[in-house]
Amino acid sequence: MNWTETLHTAWSAVRSHAMRSLLTVLGILIGIAAVILTVGLGLGTQKDVSAQIDSLGSNLLIVSPGSTTDSSGMRGGFGTATTLTQADAAALTSDVNAPDIAGVAPEKTTSLALEANDTNWTTSVTGTTVSWLDVRARTLEYGSFFTQDDVDEAAKVVVLGSETATELFGRTNVVGQSVEIDGTSFQIVGVLDSAGSDSSSNLDDVAVAPMSTVANVLVGGTSAASVSTIYIQAASAEQLSAAYQEAQTILLNRHGITSSDEADFSISSQEALVETATSIYQTLTILLTGIAALSLLVGGIGVMNIMLVSVTERTREIGLRKALGAPPWAIRRQFLTEAAILGLGGGVLGALLGALGTLVLPAIIGSSVVLSPAAVGGALAVSIAIGIVFGVYPATRAARLAPIDALRTE
Amino acid sequence: MSAEQSAPPVIELSGVRKTYRSGAIEFEALRGIDLEIRGGEYVAIMGPSGSGKSTLMNVLGCLDVVTAGSYRLAGEDVEELDEAELARIRNREIGFVFQGFNLLPSLSAWRNVELPLVYAGVGKEERRERAALALERVGLGDKLDNRPGELSGGQQQRVAVARALVGEPTMILADEPTGNLDSVSTADVLGLFQELNDAGRTIVLITHELEVAQHASRLVRVKDGLIVEPSAVAA
Repeated sequence: MNWTETLHTAWSAVRSHAMRSLLTVLGILIGIAAVILTVGLGLGTQKDVSAQIDSLGSNLLIVSPGSTTDSSGMRGGFGTATTLTQADAAALTSDVNAPDIAGVAPEKTTSLALEANDTNWTTSVTGTTVSWLDVRARTLEYGSFFTQDDVDEAAKVVVLGSETATELFGRTNVVGQSVEIDGTSFQIVGVLDSAGSDSSSNLDDVAVAPMSTVANVLVGGTSAASVSTIYIQAASAEQLSAAYQEAQTILLNRHGITSSDEADFSISSQEALVETATSIYQTLTILLTGIAALSLLVGGIGVMNIMLVSVTERTREIGLRKALGAPPWAIRRQFLTEAAILGLGGGVLGALLGALGTLVLPAIIGSSVVLSPAAVGGALAVSIAIGIVFGVYPATRAARLAPIDALRTE
Repeated sequence: MSAEQSAPPVIELSGVRKTYRSGAIEFEALRGIDLEIRGGEYVAIMGPSGSGKSTLMNVLGCLDVVTAGSYRLAGEDVEELDEAELARIRNREIGFVFQGFNLLPSLSAWRNVELPLVYAGVGKEERRERAALALERVGLGDKLDNRPGELSGGQQQRVAVARALVGEPTMILADEPTGNLDSVSTADVLGLFQELNDAGRTIVLITHELEVAQHASRLVRVKDGLIVEPSAVAA
């Protein structure tokens, strides 16, 4: 019996129970679709995160205040500490001590209510210096950024994010308008181009004002001199680690700390963030793929189950075929082919569903989903393999049936 | 001495025993059968149920192996063959006709008839041609594409006979071929066997009905696992 015959017969058998076959392959269908979607989601999220981190600015180091060392020796930033000051940021701009640092932008961020024309909007108000625009790689849609004079004079000027402007005024062309921040009137000098959002905040919902103004007018008191984050831009990608060393040395000196293990700040780089994010999403992808693989296992057991039913139902047919001269291997191949067709059928339908999902899902969850050809190809191969693996037992049972017993079955 | 008796033996059974074991109980279905059937013979094997004739049919059809003794079919010793080799022998040497027709309901008449050729590795074109010829031979040349469900019992058994013929086997082995048929269809099928035998086919018919057995040229009676009366049917 040649392959054409085998395929034809197997396909007829699958088709003669169309509904049952469809239900049988449902498990594999769902499993394959899930694998394709999880892998796609993992890759898509990874892509999104990389894009977001890139959007922070290039060659960036981020200095956060505070540092904790837990029992396992892991160090992390301590968000509420106020160990970094404006003077720290100023020291980092030194050309002598920090030749590899091209720009420094301290940020002092506080959440405040903005009011314009009876519209209220609470956003994160950031005090910073003029280098912020370059360091954070931002551009302006309207107007201009505030100047060094504004910083020196603690001028009550503000640059709004595009979303903040839209929330307050319904449009972004609002240069020259004024807005009340925490009861103080500020003049809007510029509106930022949209930059999306990073992993922790919406980059378009901000109000950026001179550091001096935020520190003295809006915050004041004892915490006036502290900053929440210092962004450091290295002169080039090659100088990033030199810039890291310089920033660490300067800050340790300024804080009178001798050992970097006891530092009351932490410096992280974009690369480290990307690596962390990547490893998190890889782990997630593996985990989710594992769960999807379980569904494939269940699907495979479903195939085995229905193949056993099929063998039992067709005992007489098997007996007849054997009596007419079918050797055991032909019967085995017959049922293996049938199981493989079920597996492949589930795989193809699952791949179609998965591909459809990669088109629909981004609109629903707002995250990119990448249709990976490798995942689709792999899933199809796996689905055939599942059919064959779970078909072995039923097919062997069929092949071993004694023809007289099989023929005698009513 | 007729031509039949001088033809080489197709079947040679000598001292064949078949024992079934079910737990501790042994049951000896065949207790030493010697039988020789020559090419072109029309033999009826007859006996009541429980006589061992079904076991004999299974042995003759290479569907079951003997416990002791020897069985030569078309000059080949079959008692030592494995499953795959037995399948090959059944395919080449034996054309089965069963009581319950045993046609595959999802296949058309010619698809059913071509099955032995499929397992013999014959090409598709030739299979279709030979299946059509075999169906014409049994008078169903116009029913090639009908499924078994669309045919009467007699016609279905004719399809089964066509299937038994198509591979040009050494013998046709018919197991109660008229058991499920009315008297008209029975006459029809037995007439067909007679025609085939007249054309030189070896036919072995297993039955428990004397009227059916009497159509054969030789009657072999089986009782309690032994051949009791090898005799020619009175002409």
